[in-house]
Amino acid sequence: MSGWETVIGLEIHAQLATKSKIFSGSATAYGAPPNSQANLIDLGYPGVLPVLNGEAVRMAVKLGLAIEARIAAHSVFARKNYFYPDLPKGYQISQYELPVVAHGALAIVLEDGSTKRIGITRAHLEEDAGKSLHEGLPGVTGIDLNRAGTPLLEIVSEPDLRSAKEAVAYMKKVHTLVRYLEICDGNMQEGSFRCDANVSVRHPGEHRFGTRTEIKNLNSFRFLERAINFEIARQIDVLEGGGKVVQETRLYDPDKGETRSMRSKEEANDYRYFPDPDLLPIELDQAFIDSVRATLPELPDQKAARFASQYGLSAYDAGVLTGSRELAAYYEEVVRAAPADAKLAANWVMGELAAALNRENLEIGTGRLPAARLAGLLARICDQTISGKIAKEVFEAMWSQGMSADQVIEAKGLRQITDSVAIERAIEAVMAKNPGQLAEYRAGKDKLFGFFVGQVMKATGGKANPAQLNELLRRKLGG
Amino acid sequence: MILTREQIAGIAALARLELTPSEFPVYQESLSRIIDFVGALDACDTTDVVPMAHPLAGLSQRLRPDVVTEEDHHEQYQPNAPLTAAGLYLVPKVIE
Amino acid sequence: MSDFHRSTLIQLAAGLRARRFSSVELVRAFLERIEASQKALNAFISVTREEALEAARAADRALGAGTGGALTGVPIAHKDIFCTQGVRTTCGSRMLDNFISPYDATVVAKLRAAGAVMLGKTNMDEFAMGSSNETSYYGPVRNPWNPQLVPGGSSGGSAAAVAARLVPGATATDTGGSIRQPAALCGITGMKPTYGRVSRYGMIAFASSLDQGGVLTASAADAALLLREMAGFDANDSTSVAREVPDYLATLEQPIAGLKIGLLREFFDQGLERENERCVREALAVYEGLGAQLTEVSLPNLPLSVPVYYVVAPAECSSNLARYDGVRFGHRCENPRDVNDMYRRTRGEGFGAEVKRRIMTGTYVLSAGYYDAYYLKAQRVRALINADFIRAFTSVDVLIGPTTPTPAFAIGAKTADPITMYLNDIYTIGANLAGLPAISVPCGFVQQLPVGLQIVGPHFSEARVLNVAHAFQRATDWHTRVPRGYA
Repeated sequence: MSGWETVIGLEIHAQLATKSKIFSGSATAYGAPPNSQANLIDLGYPGVLPVLNGEAVRMAVKLGLAIEARIAAHSVFARKNYFYPDLPKGYQISQYELPVVAHGALAIVLEDGSTKRIGITRAHLEEDAGKSLHEGLPGVTGIDLNRAGTPLLEIVSEPDLRSAKEAVAYMKKVHTLVRYLEICDGNMQEGSFRCDANVSVRHPGEHRFGTRTEIKNLNSFRFLERAINFEIARQIDVLEGGGKVVQETRLYDPDKGETRSMRSKEEANDYRYFPDPDLLPIELDQAFIDSVRATLPELPDQKAARFASQYGLSAYDAGVLTGSRELAAYYEEVVRAAPADAKLAANWVMGELAAALNRENLEIGTGRLPAARLAGLLARICDQTISGKIAKEVFEAMWSQGMSADQVIEAKGLRQITDSVAIERAIEAVMAKNPGQLAEYRAGKDKLFGFFVGQVMKATGGKANPAQLNELLRRKLGG
Repeated sequence: MILTREQIAGIAALARLELTPSEFPVYQESLSRIIDFVGALDACDTTDVVPMAHPLAGLSQRLRPDVVTEEDHHEQYQPNAPLTAAGLYLVPKVIE
Repeated sequence: MSDFHRSTLIQLAAGLRARRFSSVELVRAFLERIEASQKALNAFISVTREEALEAARAADRALGAGTGGALTGVPIAHKDIFCTQGVRTTCGSRMLDNFISPYDATVVAKLRAAGAVMLGKTNMDEFAMGSSNETSYYGPVRNPWNPQLVPGGSSGGSAAAVAARLVPGATATDTGGSIRQPAALCGITGMKPTYGRVSRYGMIAFASSLDQGGVLTASAADAALLLREMAGFDANDSTSVAREVPDYLATLEQPIAGLKIGLLREFFDQGLERENERCVREALAVYEGLGAQLTEVSLPNLPLSVPVYYVVAPAECSSNLARYDGVRFGHRCENPRDVNDMYRRTRGEGFGAEVKRRIMTGTYVLSAGYYDAYYLKAQRVRALINADFIRAFTSVDVLIGPTTPTPAFAIGAKTADPITMYLNDIYTIGANLAGLPAISVPCGFVQQLPVGLQIVGPHFSEARVLNVAHAFQRATDWHTRVPRGYA
């Protein structure tokens, strides 16, 4: 990649979590039978007219405030005209020259721990189109308009991203933010959160941007990263081979791991935008904006900063734990119940708990292991009832059988052995059983210390208090 | 004429209107006439004039509450469609 | 044949309430007239005989129980641009020839709630684009005063129906003059209210910032009643204005002495035929006799209203008509090869020439590179025209002038050149651009053909405009004349 700089801008479409559609009273729930949530307005019947859902506006303003953008006092809906079977009116109601939100920014954390400010050019409201179904229908395409009219917030970044990793960090940050704000459920499998990436390359130091291509409909962080990297390499190949990059729309094929050119939706991309005469301009006064501001939760960055200082966590750990409001709330509940060691709690939430949730594809919100329960386990580590290692075993049992820490410790007799006499006796037994290693150790082979630790642990079923074991073993081995 | 044949073809394509070969010159002529006619607007000085999108000056878009008000009527609507199956509207296969 | 057609809408409503006759009798009588005239006039696309009789029977029951509304049992017709549930709604187009609307337009629902009985859907220029009712897929409508002549358009069917007394009142729409111009050519009263006064929900859109629903009747008094029942805020229409509807009947009789009438210099131009001008000036003399003061005013940008209209209206319609694509309703071509073929042939077959012409004009003026020069420019000139009107109304109460430059013309006479046809609307378009209420009333005859007088008022001055029109109709009897054969 030497000799080339990548320039990336992302356009994210977040489906707003309103109950009804942006311009009609149809439901927005996912997964309904085809066309059962498409009324006359959604179907673009003759004579119908749009009426704006106030909640969609509030959600857009919420995002605008969270990214410190300018909220337009006056914004306008415009028609984007093109023909496609899943676009019932033959135009999409969107916003063009006067979007509701403009000039914001988000900070992302790069791999080296530094932060970078990514500009957000604008965020505007628009309606989603329906869905085209091709499978299982020979010779025809089936159109389902349930999705037509669902409110979308299109969030457009400045071309400030310089690598696929930065793009992923930004996409993740936006994903976290919209879920924090409760304006979007972020469900990428269901299509609530989609991303288009504009990618181009140029020589470092060049002011002008190279020709860019647009990769559409990336609905996972992994696909975003791979698609961008493939595209960068492809463009460099083309340019180094003396060719020119064609400005076009491309799709990512996850099976092949490549992007390919999309057959164009219309011959010419002339959308003929003009203000929609069926809708009046949105006028937002300070009182409206203030009332939305009052509903803002503690934002991810604010929460992460507070966690770092309040709980003594690293910026990285604070960032992970504030990845979602649910996770952050869980963590804080654990710490409240087991305040002795916030860092320990952090390690366990990010470690064992996260791993267990991932294995079974669960969200933190499913309540599989209540915070108070986990706190109970941590308390037993802190008060030395069990060692950290044994705690892992206890955790597995708690997770799979739904028991409390105390129940498991009791049932399996996992209490840590802190009786020095008992430990000494175990040590003596091991020493007696392994005279050869004992002699070698005393002769200077220090490495064998670990061997003895292991043997004593084995003999005690792992329950010997490690610190005591260490001290006593050293004394006894020392002779 | 103001508009060329290519322009007419381009406009008809954008508007998805099929024109027969004999229709081309007819539309070329009448559209050119119309565009020439509306060119009279050029003579008017509109510096600093704000475009008037609709007659309701000073009014703003009403916001409706976020409530579901529709039931499923697709069985009533779909008989209007030329071709449906399994609740879907059918069109010739679209290749992306 | 009965005499019901000689009564006004108000008289019929009163007669029904007084139980002098029944709605069923009325409906039967008017249906007979409609059927008898259909070949000669072609005013109707659909006649809803059975539904009308059923509604009439229900109306009679309500009248008997004393639960009737303002229009209970009164027969009316709807322009076929209003969606009527369960009834074919074609908009004068092959594209919607098979379209049965699953819902009622708000206007239809309101009039139904007031008790009116729909006899059928009237013929119109296709998608409301035209000034002569010659572009309808269902054939031209003929002027009852002379069947070789056009009735005007686009609401030609409703106008002819009222002129021939086939119904006492009909709904219609006006985007550039489509109510007022046919009213003038047919010798009846036609009113377009302020933009936002009447709901557009269910009124098939042509040009959204210009379209308004209104009425065609034999008199301003009848128009006042019908409009009062049609108007009002509708939550389904974002451009509907939340403003109380006054009782237009209550203020009809107010004396107009001292009324300041503005004569638009630009309306008395070379295009106005001499005889038409004579009728209009005689009408103005009547107003002076009633105590009104005439002043000349000038709206210097008004002559540009036709070019403005022919940029803005096609632009909006090119987008509004994109939904007619053969997917969810309406016409679809046979055996489409692919989606684009389906679109092109469906729309090529479904739309007539004038509609295609306007769609293409609109597509052009909105397209990249032309948007600023045409669409934005036109909307700026529109703002100037609007400002001219507002300024004029600071010194006068209403503007009065001719509705059309000529009386009715021959079918086929103006179809060769679109501009010639477009210039029919030269006096009416301004009120649409500014969204002002305007009415046309008959004011004389030229070679036995009616001439219309137009009265334009400031925003939401419908009560005054109707009052001024009614004053003229109390002092004259032009509005009582009926074409030979239909009296």
